[in-house]
Amino acid sequence: MVISNKPLRFIVATLVVCLPFFSFANPASEVANTQTEVAQPATATASGEVKTETTEVKSKIKEFIDHHLLDAHDFTFSANEETGEHYGFSLPIILWDNGLHVFSSSKFNHGEAIAESDGNYYVLHHEKIYKTAADGVLTENETTGHPTNATPLDLSITKSVVGILGIAVLMFLLFTSLAKSYSKNGGIASGAGRFFEPLVLYVRDEIAIPNIGQKHYKKYMSYLLTIFFFIFFLNILGLTPLGFNVTGNIAITASLALLTYVITTLSANKNYWGHIFWMPGVPTPMKFILAPIELLGTIIKPFSLMIRLYANILAGHVVLMSIIGLMFIFKNWIGSSLSFGLAFALSILEILVAFLQAYIFTMLSALYFGAGNEEHHHEEAH
Amino acid sequence: MEIPKIVGAGLIVIGAGMGIGRIGGSAMDAIARQPEASGKIQTAMLIAAALIEGIGFAALFAS
Repeated sequence: MVISNKPLRFIVATLVVCLPFFSFANPASEVANTQTEVAQPATATASGEVKTETTEVKSKIKEFIDHHLLDAHDFTFSANEETGEHYGFSLPIILWDNGLHVFSSSKFNHGEAIAESDGNYYVLHHEKIYKTAADGVLTENETTGHPTNATPLDLSITKSVVGILGIAVLMFLLFTSLAKSYSKNGGIASGAGRFFEPLVLYVRDEIAIPNIGQKHYKKYMSYLLTIFFFIFFLNILGLTPLGFNVTGNIAITASLALLTYVITTLSANKNYWGHIFWMPGVPTPMKFILAPIELLGTIIKPFSLMIRLYANILAGHVVLMSIIGLMFIFKNWIGSSLSFGLAFALSILEILVAFLQAYIFTMLSALYFGAGNEEHHHEEAH
Repeated sequence: MEIPKIVGAGLIVIGAGMGIGRIGGSAMDAIARQPEASGKIQTAMLIAAALIEGIGFAALFAS
């Protein structure tokens, strides 16, 4: 379906159509504000009150962003601050602390209560679980300010784990049905497969074959396709209002990079190791200098993969949420519509970044696999 | 200790920005000269830009 032949004009028109909602929505709330101010005789001067209110809003937005970037032990869509109500659902907490402890995260009451399980007491402090005595007091390290309490091994199904499991199930169903549709329709993809077939072919023809080579590419295809779609779907999931931040979590990108490192190391041939430990074609003293540098290089490559994906997604989330936060600082229709327009444009850019980062991660992984499978070049003099 | 760290990170980010800018500009030139090779040029450009970007992010994390 073609929405419009002129996409730019269509976007501008949509923005203009949305403007009245903002301009009408805000004066009403301002009126409400002035009414409550009139109702409560203010002790402080009006300007001072406004100033403290804006700094409060700023620190609240900062707190909200910081909270979003962390993994969460419960799934909260939104929270009502005045009543303290949280809309969402609890997730299971699984702890290994001299035995398995399984209980629901509702016991923590969003970090406000002490959870009790088989005579042990746990508190949630900045999304980390600490073991405490029955009174739930955390002892703090004086220099760093971090709690010194013991931390049990946390194997909980957190929000990120829910995201990963959801995407894994989705990918399994999607690609098995795509594979089945080929046999049913006589080699033609059907339904959603028509969208994913070009992407799969793109990974094969543009990423795997040019970088790994016609001879070896097949054994890496399953891994390359898996990480490509896994990262792509998780990046897109991070842009939905569900509030996932999975690929912006360094633990997850670290495990993905570790997989690439392990596969490169285990599947490399003897030319690869020869070029690392005994670089051909250079003077002998130089070989001793190059060996540690090359060995370090094998670790730096996956390390940069990890940092790149993590930092790109994290930066995208922080910038997008800060721009949405501007709406609550300005509190007038110009600020709101500006913030809305910027957030809209940035979201589109983030979709591009979501694809680009998945592409770069897959591409560089393929490049490293290709380097591990390079054949010896006889025509070169070394 | 804080200020030299931040200034150093800033310098590296300036360098990374200039590097990515040069890569993008050169790729534009190359595509203008040989539009039929644009696919290959784009791939090479993205790899080089990604490698430099990694250094920029590493600097930001070190600061």
